[in-house]
Parts: sequence; structure tokens; C-alpha cells
Amino acid sequence: MRHSVGLLLMCLVLLLMMAMSLFIGAKAIPAVRVWQALSGGCGSADCVIVLDARLPRTLSGLLAGLALGLSGALMQTLTRNPLADPGILGVNAGAGFAVVIGITFFGAAAIDSYLWFAFAGALAAALLVALIGALGGGRLNPVRLTLAGVALGAVLDGMASGISLLHPLVYDQLRFWQAGSLDIRSLAAVKVVIWPIVLGTALTLWLTGALNALSMGSELASALGTRVGLTQLAGLTAITLLCGSATALVGPIAFIGLMMPHIARWITGPDQRWIMPWTLVLTPVLLLGSDMIGRVIVPGELRVSVITALVGAPVLIALVRRHPTLGRL
Amino acid sequence: MNRFASARARQTITAVGLPLACLALALYSLCAGSTLGIGQAFDALRGTAPHNIYVMVTQWRLPRVATALLLGAGLGASGAIFQSLMRNPLGSPDIMGFNTGAHSAVLIAIVLFGGGPTAIVGAALAGVILSAVVVYLLAWHNGIQPFRLIIIGIAIRALLVSLNTWLVVGASLESALTAGLWSAGSLNGMTWAKIVPVTLPITIALILALALSRRMRLLEMGDDAACALGVPVETSRLLLILTGVILTAAATAAAGPISFIALVAPQISRRLASSQTLALPLAALTGALLLLAADVAAQRLFIPYQLPVGVVTVCIGGIYLIGLLLRESRKK
Repeated sequence: MRHSVGLLLMCLVLLLMMAMSLFIGAKAIPAVRVWQALSGGCGSADCVIVLDARLPRTLSGLLAGLALGLSGALMQTLTRNPLADPGILGVNAGAGFAVVIGITFFGAAAIDSYLWFAFAGALAAALLVALIGALGGGRLNPVRLTLAGVALGAVLDGMASGISLLHPLVYDQLRFWQAGSLDIRSLAAVKVVIWPIVLGTALTLWLTGALNALSMGSELASALGTRVGLTQLAGLTAITLLCGSATALVGPIAFIGLMMPHIARWITGPDQRWIMPWTLVLTPVLLLGSDMIGRVIVPGELRVSVITALVGAPVLIALVRRHPTLGRL
Repeated sequence: MNRFASARARQTITAVGLPLACLALALYSLCAGSTLGIGQAFDALRGTAPHNIYVMVTQWRLPRVATALLLGAGLGASGAIFQSLMRNPLGSPDIMGFNTGAHSAVLIAIVLFGGGPTAIVGAALAGVILSAVVVYLLAWHNGIQPFRLIIIGIAIRALLVSLNTWLVVGASLESALTAGLWSAGSLNGMTWAKIVPVTLPITIALILALALSRRMRLLEMGDDAACALGVPVETSRLLLILTGVILTAAATAAAGPISFIALVAPQISRRLASSQTLALPLAALTGALLLLAADVAAQRLFIPYQLPVGVVTVCIGGIYLIGLLLRESRKK
């Protein structure tokens, strides 16, 4: 009961954040004008700012935030390692490698063309890691999955940085992509990822009961009647969809995917049926909030990934210090 | 009984094979390039070769080989220490943010102060030690608990990564690229003058690590069990962390943050021979072999390009680990 009231409150906070993200920006636009722009009835410069800059930005903050948070929570449960983040599955590295290939060999130069390369790279890397982790027996071995993800991620990262260090111009573009940004100037990019993210979210929420059983270990889970192999397969599919879309949209922002599930777990306790919805709401709040701080305080200077770490890391440290016994899976 | 015997045999083969492989690769590395015969290389080492060959072997190639072996061993051992302390394969110094601390300090030195090579070495050293001290102090709360230590390490790393991102995005392409090359880790242009200062700390730390390895194994059984067996838990943990940090700091200062060896060497050596008693030395030997192999590959494979060794390390180590994982899964 307490959790559901809290969750409702957090939903309101999220709505508030989204509204603020639309109404506040480097240029002061009256609230009435913003409303007019959203309801679709004006053509001034202010409307262009709202529709082509603030709206895509807000939506991508929401989508990327919930996708990164959920995929982090899933990853930690499936690998049974509290240190896993979505990047562990090699998704970020795969996306980065594909972007480097795209820039170097196919002349990709804009966000739109990065998007497809990043998406394809993320999917391919996640698929490979899942195959390596699942070979022999059909069931995922958590340790092997973790190590396979780290190893493949490292190989792809290494090749990407090898190529980019030999081509300074590629390095120049890559450093900006790797910093991650919510500065997305069209709704087209958002439209590409919205369905994969919705599908991945639905899959995750459907899995929560089975994940509860799985967190007790796969033997016990199958004794309790959970279909372990199926749950793991569905979980990996959801992570791939969610994390691949988020990385394609905003670049590799990994830390919040690691951190927010822990914070959600500290609030709710170990029940996945609460952890997942809380993570889903909390992560976009942090992402949108950080983005606004970066936008308003130092316009155009501070990337959202920088602020999320600046805000998030001290919170995480304070929580770990205050609750010495908590924080295990 | 039979299985036990074969495990013992494997352990012996690995313990003998790894040093031999290091030696063979080191000899190859001395001879390859502008090719020399093995006899010529030995003459040069004894000092009886013509002057040009003598200089090439002892002043150019030998320091590089020696550094690769020394730093590789140091990184492998520090990885084994941290993974054992954290009881988690992800608990390597790279993940804990010590390398990132060095990277931040070097970025500050290059981007904000335009520092040269000496400043870079000093900054790297300071960066590793400072970030380790901060992580340890923040994690101290009536003792050190591994999970808290590593989560705080990850949080500090995230902070430092964001600082780095900000510096890299704001810097000129030239400074960013200099820092990028440094951060890949490189053994190009190693001379005796650069290695001698790090030899002593690494050797001492390696000996210390060997001396502590029994305590390390006991700590893996959990704090209570180790305490009951007479191990002073907090002191041992502090000493082990100190040893690991010295190894990482010295290696990073000498050659940049060569990532991944600390993470992968203990995992590979464990799959080669699951020896409890020899875990630490085997991890060190694997690290040495891996770094030397990566360095040889970095020099030879992509001529005329000279890739930073860190880039190749990651590829060789990663592919090899994936191969081991695949073989392991096929067996079951």
C-alpha cells in the first residue's frame, strides 16, 4: 500500500518534470505560447523551439530513461550480479563499434544515420553475447553471460578505439557521440525507437513474477514451476530492445542503468513486481532533471551524462554508507 | 583419484608452460623486426655483438620486452587480488575507477595545463593513488565491506568518467587525441630510464602479494571464517588493497592505463589450471604473457601503423576469454 502511494507520487513528479522540461529552457517562452505550440496552432519561432527542440528532447529523455533503468534492473537480475549494467551485455560497445564503422567506411555524419548503425550494432552484440552465454544446455549461466559480455564489449571497444585513433576525424565525431546527449532535433528519431521500447517495457513488466522466482537461483525457480530458459530468453530480448533503442537514441549513458535499480530496491525491498515500476518511473525523473540542470545552468555546455553522474554518484555513495546491510540481490 | 591426478598434471603443465612461453615470446620479440638470428641476440645480451646490434637489442628492444613482462605481471596480480577481495569477477581495478582517476589527472594535466611527458607520469601516479584513497575512505564504515567498496568505486568512477567526458568534449582535437592515445596505453619508445623507477615498487609489491596470498585465500571464505582461522581481517584487507593499488599505480604511470589485463588474466589463468595455491603467481604469469603477446602483435600486425598496446590487449584477451568460455560450455 505504502509503495503504491509512493509510486503514484513519483508518477506525478515525472509528469511535473516532463512539463518543466517543455516549459523551461535557455529562451524564456511564455507558458501560453508553449501550450499553443503543443496543441498545434502557430508558426512563430517560439513554436519551432518547442516542437523541434523541447518536445523531442523531453520524449527522448522519458523513453531513454525508462529503457536504461529497466534494462539495468533486468541485467542485474539475470546475471545475478549487482554490478551489472546494461553495458555489460556488450550493447554500448556494439553500438559504438557500429557507429565507428559507419563514420569511417560509410560516411555517416548525422544523428539520423548514426541511429541505424547504433541500433544494428547493439542488436548484433547482444545476440552474440546471449549465444555465448547460453551455449551448451540452453540455460544461461550468469557468470558466463557476464564474462562473455565484458569480453565481447572489450574487443569491440578496442577495435573501435583502434580505428578511431588512427583516423583523427573519426575520433573527433566519436568523442561527441560517446558523451551522449538528449539534444535531439526531430521527432523522427523518437518515432523509430518508440515501438521497440514499448515492447521491451511490456515484456519486462510481464516477466516480473518469474524474475522473483529466478532471483532465488535457477534450480529453486524451476522447482517452483518457473520456465527458467523461457524467462531468460524473454529477459535478454527485452534488454536488447530497451538498451539498444536507448543507446541508439541518446548515445552510451550507462551509469543510471546501474544505479537506479539499486535505489529502487532500497525503497521497495526485493520484490521485482515493485522494483520494475519504481525503476521505470525514477530513471526518467533523474535523466530529465539532470538534462534540465545542464540546460539551464550552463546552456549548451554540460552533457546530460555528466550531470547524471554528478547528481547520481553522490546519492549512491550516501545510500551505500547509510544502509550498510542493504544492497544485495 | 584419476581426476585429481589429471588436475595436478594440468597445474604443473601450466606452471611450467607459462614461464617458458613468456621466455620464448621474449626471445622472438628481441629477434623480430629488422630480423636477427637467435645467436646474434644472445651475443648482444652478452655484449660481444657489433655495436649497432648491441644498441638495438639492449637499448631499444630489451627495455620494451622487460616492461611488458613486468607491467603485465603487476596488472595480472593486482587483478587477482581485487577479484579475490571483492569475490566478484568484475572487481578489477579498471572497474573500481583507479585507472579512470589516472585518466582524469592526465586529462587535467594535458588539457588545462598543457603538460609534457613528465607531468603526465606524475599526474597518472597522483590520480591512481588519490582515487584509491577517496574510494577507501568513503567505503570505511566500521570496517570495509567488499560490496560497499566496489559500489563506491563504481560511483567514483562514474563521477570521474563524467569529468573526463566534459574535458574531452571541451578540448581541442589535438589535446583530446593526445589524451586519447595515452589512455589506450602504449609501450612505444620505452627506455631504461623510464622503467627503472617503476621496477622497484612493482617488485616489492609482487613479493608482498605472494606473501599475502595465503591470507587472501582465507579471506575468500568470508570474514567470519577467516577471523576464526586467525587472520587479522581489516589489516590484511588494507595491506592487500595497498599492494594492488601500488601495482596499478606503477603500471599506469609507466605505460598509461592498459585496461583489461587485470580483469582478464585471473579469469584465463583460472580456466587454464584451477589451482588454489598458485592462483596469484599464475595470474601474474598470464598477465605478463598476455601483455607481451599484445605488444608483439601491436608492433607487427598492422605495419606501418603502430597501434597502442592497450587496444590490442583488449582484443587478444577478450577473444581468448570468449574462446575459453565457448570450450567450457561445450564440455558441459
